[in-house]
Amino acid sequence: MSGDRILRAHPGIGPRVTAAALVASDYFSARYDLDRINGVFSRPAHRLYGQGYVGRVLVLLGAKGGVATAWMLREMAARRMAPAALLLNTSNPIMAQGAAFADLAFMDRFDIDVTAAIPNGARVTVDPAAGTVTIHAG
Amino acid sequence: MRLGEIEKAMQAGELGRTRQWAIEQQLRVGRFFDAQDFVEVAQVHIMADTESLGASGVEFLEEVARAPEAERRVRVPTITDPRGIDFDAYRRLRQTEWMADLERRAIDAFRALGVLMTDTCINYQIVMPPVLGQHLAFGDTGSTIYANSVQGARTNFEGGPSALAAALTGRTPRYGYHLPERRRATHAFRIEVQPHNWADWGALGGLIGRKLQSYWSVPLIEGFEARPTSDQLKHFGAALASYGTVALFHMPGITPEAPTRAAVVDGAGPSPVRVAADDLAAFYKGFDAPGDKLDVVVFSAPQLSLFELETLAALLDGKRVHPATTMLAITAPEIRASAVRHGLVQRIEASGAIVLGGVCFYQMHAREIGEANGWTRLMSNSAKLVNIIGGYGYKPTLATMERCIESAVAGRVL
Repeated sequence: MSGDRILRAHPGIGPRVTAAALVASDYFSARYDLDRINGVFSRPAHRLYGQGYVGRVLVLLGAKGGVATAWMLREMAARRMAPAALLLNTSNPIMAQGAAFADLAFMDRFDIDVTAAIPNGARVTVDPAAGTVTIHAG
Repeated sequence: MRLGEIEKAMQAGELGRTRQWAIEQQLRVGRFFDAQDFVEVAQVHIMADTESLGASGVEFLEEVARAPEAERRVRVPTITDPRGIDFDAYRRLRQTEWMADLERRAIDAFRALGVLMTDTCINYQIVMPPVLGQHLAFGDTGSTIYANSVQGARTNFEGGPSALAAALTGRTPRYGYHLPERRRATHAFRIEVQPHNWADWGALGGLIGRKLQSYWSVPLIEGFEARPTSDQLKHFGAALASYGTVALFHMPGITPEAPTRAAVVDGAGPSPVRVAADDLAAFYKGFDAPGDKLDVVVFSAPQLSLFELETLAALLDGKRVHPATTMLAITAPEIRASAVRHGLVQRIEASGAIVLGGVCFYQMHAREIGEANGWTRLMSNSAKLVNIIGGYGYKPTLATMERCIESAVAGRVL
């Protein structure tokens, strides 16, 4: 579609999805940062504190902290309390392992800073197999 | 990825559906990180507390456990990280029956796979210490960074599903810290303040971790005037991994892959960043809350060694924890049993503190037990724990073990 912008990255994991982006210049761990029962960021120091992430394309700088996210993404998906996709500038193995286990759309290694390229609230299509993210115009 | 005969057989389902799931999970991750092939692993360490697993994760384990025995047994020695319930203490901590039931189901499933329920994050100290160059699949950030750095073994962070997959296949995709070229130092730090206690070691790890924030960063740290102990490196590594998602560090003359600086840097290497006394003081200040009512003091994350418990017992002798404050000291089941034999648990619990075995505080449904017990202000000498626990609704304070105890006796943060 005219006006759409396409970002390129390393091919990712999971299905093709389209949803609104939730963007912050901060890091991510499901254990450290989320109230997974209520679907909100619960770590007071996080830039997305208090905001709901369910069904959003979560766009953050990178992975943080421990290993629990590898189980938690699937558990969140089973309760329909997961983000629609996760985009990071740089991942760690835990995010990839968790996305593979949960079949969650996940990509990293963009050719630019993805948190600066995607406006908060923009509608985006994540295509892990193609290694592209389309930012839809309007 | 290049696959060997046995890997092809697993992929084709010739060794059963569980191993087919496992190799497919590993292939998805391996391709994501451009792994060329698999590497066999000598040991697997699985993180699978029930708060992380949730009901769906436990059901997944139960499904794996229902497979025929030949298809479900782990192929290499496999052990577990801390669990969420100490069955001797959970009612006292106001954990619920549904938490305990979920835990029992997970344990039954793991046992059916042939997993040894060691329930410890300090396996590198107390179960089977890894050796230089050995490939592993370790599933706790603290055990991973210690095995990689202090013992010179080779492992990535293997989250629960991938550690389980490694146990079922006996191998893992060869990427990241299995590759020698990934293990070179990318950053350097010079310590200009000497750590004096476990909290200081953790705070230094946290300070450096905050400056890195990438799994692919490998810091080289210089400037220590004394050779650290295993417990000191344990706190340092656990905090470095927690604050920075770092999996490997080098200390020239201390860690085995770095007999010298030149052994782990390319060319002149990265310029060192200073870590000074005012940095350390600022790190503590970020958690300070003098005068606050103190709800719970936790010594854990990582679990305590026998020597840490001995120190705690000596510091608590003749003291009494304030009735409005709970003090928890947490260790591995084997170390707790040993500490009972040495009279340490009895001395610690004579103060009113509780010694738990086989759990870790943040893996115990921390939000729910905090709400059930009215705990908000938490104090610990673990830099790792105070980093994690804020997301669970706690207000954490970092201090030395001595100051934590003095505060617990007073019932407020000193």
